[in-house]
Amino acid sequence: MKRSGTPYFFIAPALLHLVVFGFLPIMFALWVSFFDWKILKGTMPFVGLGKYQELMNDPGFGNALLNSAKYALVSVPTGMAVAVLVALLASDQIRAAGLFRTVYYIPAVCSTVAISMLWIYVYLPENGLINATTALFGLKSVDFLNEQGWAMPALAFMSVWVGLGPRMIIYVAGILGIPPSLYEAAELDGARGWRRFWSVTWPMLAPTNLFVLVTGTIAAFQLFTPVYMMTRGGPLDSTDVLGYHIYVESWKKFHVSNASAQSFLLLVVIGVLAAVQFKLAKRQLEGYSAG
Amino acid sequence: MLAILLMAPFVWMLLVSLHESRSSIPVLRDLWPKEAHWENYRFVLLHPDVPVFRFLLNSLVVAGAVVAGQLLVCSMAAYGFARLRFRGREFLFSLFLGSMMFAGTVTQIPTFLLVRQLHWLDTYWALIVPGIGSAFGVFLLRQFFLQIPLEIDEAARIDGAGEWKVYWKVILPMSRAALATLGAFAFIATWTDFFWPLIATSSQDMRTLEVGLSIFKNSYNGQNWPLQMTAAVVTLVPVLAVFLLLQRHFVKGVTIGSIK
Repeated sequence: MKRSGTPYFFIAPALLHLVVFGFLPIMFALWVSFFDWKILKGTMPFVGLGKYQELMNDPGFGNALLNSAKYALVSVPTGMAVAVLVALLASDQIRAAGLFRTVYYIPAVCSTVAISMLWIYVYLPENGLINATTALFGLKSVDFLNEQGWAMPALAFMSVWVGLGPRMIIYVAGILGIPPSLYEAAELDGARGWRRFWSVTWPMLAPTNLFVLVTGTIAAFQLFTPVYMMTRGGPLDSTDVLGYHIYVESWKKFHVSNASAQSFLLLVVIGVLAAVQFKLAKRQLEGYSAG
Repeated sequence: MLAILLMAPFVWMLLVSLHESRSSIPVLRDLWPKEAHWENYRFVLLHPDVPVFRFLLNSLVVAGAVVAGQLLVCSMAAYGFARLRFRGREFLFSLFLGSMMFAGTVTQIPTFLLVRQLHWLDTYWALIVPGIGSAFGVFLLRQFFLQIPLEIDEAARIDGAGEWKVYWKVILPMSRAALATLGAFAFIATWTDFFWPLIATSSQDMRTLEVGLSIFKNSYNGQNWPLQMTAAVVTLVPVLAVFLLLQRHFVKGVTIGSIK
C-alpha cells in the first residue's frame, strides 16, 4: 500500500471537530476552574484548587450530588429490572413482529419537553391521570411534583417509562444471543423457571447489564430537561440534581468558575463510577467462567 | 397490554388537543371530544404571539444540516479507520472511543464561550456546527464498513479508482442501511436537543421547536391544556415520522453498542 496523506485527509474533519468541540472545551473547563472568574466584574484571579475546596463545604453542591446519587440509585436499577422482565416476557413476540419493538421505542425518541408536559398532567393533583385513578379507590390526592417526598420518585418513575424501550431492545438482543445449548444443558440438570433464569440467562447477560448500567448511570447524572420543565429543582431543592444545579450556577448566577469546577467533578464522578462498574462486572465474569 | 400502557399517554395527548381551546382539562369520562377542534392546529401554527411555524422551520433546517454534516464527516472518518492503514490509527480511534464517555455538561460553558467568540450566538451556525461531528457516528459506521470484504476496494483500485472514488462510489452506496441508521439517530437527537439551543439562541426567531414548546407552555402558565397539547403534538409528529420511516435501522443502531 502506498504511503500518502490520504488517510489523514479522510479523518481530518472528524478529528478537528473532536478537538475543537470535545477536547479543547474540557481542557478549558479545567483551566477556568482554577480561577475565580467574575464575569460581571471582569476579574479573574488564580485560586488554584480553591474552588474545589469551596465545593467540599458547599451545602448546595452536596445536596445536588446527593440528589443525583439518589436519582441514579432509584431510576437505573428499577429501569433495568423492569426492562429485563419485559424482555423475558416479550422476546418471542418481538422476534415475530417488529411492530412491538416500534411501540416500545416511541417514548424514547420523543421530545423530552413534550414528554415532560405529558407527565405534568399525569401527576396533576386534580384530574391528573394517577390521582383520577386512585380517587376511584378512595385514596387521597397527592400533588406529586410539589411534595418533597414525592417529586424525586416521580421523576425516576417517568425515566423508567421513557427508558424502557431502548433498554428492553438491548436486553432482547442479549437474550436472543444466548446459545440454546446452554438452556438444553440446564434442562437436563432439571433447572426450570427462575432457577433457569438465575443459572443461565442472568450470568449470560452480564455484558448487556454492564452496558445498560454504565450508559444509564452516565445519563442519570446528567438529568436536566425534566427537572427544568417539571420541578425547577423544587420543592425545597429536593430535585436540585447536578445537571440542573450546574445550569443555575452558570446561566442564572454567572458563577462560571464554580460551575466549571462542578462540571469537572461531575466528569470525575461519572468516570470513577464507570470504572468501578467495569471492574465489578469483570470480576463477576471471571467468577462465572472459573465456576 | 404493556404496549397499551406505553401508548395511552400519547392517545390522551392527541384527544386533549382536539378539545375546545380554553376548556379545562377533561376528566377521563369526557376524554373523547364531542367534536374535533382541528382549528387548534391552525391556531397554534399561526399563533399571534409565539412563532411556532418559525420554530418548526428552524428545527427542520438545523436537523437537516446536522444530518447531512454528520453523514459526511463521520463516514469519511469511518472509511479512514476501517479501510486504510496509517500511522497512529489505533491511537486516534481510541480518542474517539474515549470521548464517548464524556459528560456533555462539562463542555457546555466552554463551547458557549467559543461560539460567542466566533460571533455565532443566536445564528444557525451555533445550532449546526457543534453537532456535525459524532464519535458515536464514527464508531457505528466503522463497524458497518468493517463487514464489507476488502477485495471490493482492491478490485476498484485495480480498475484505477482513487481513494475518494472508492469511498464515494463503492463503499457509500453499499452502506445505505448504515447511513440511514446514523441519519435517524442524528435527526432525532438534534430535533429533541433542548439544552444547547436553549443557551445558544436568545431571540425568539432563532428558537428551535423543542425550546419553543417550553416557551409556549410557559406563556400559557399551566392553563389551556388543549392548545398546549396541540403544540406538543406538532413537536412530536416530525420526529415520529422519521422514526417510523427508519425504525428498522434505528433498532440496529441501539444494539450495536451493547454487543461487539
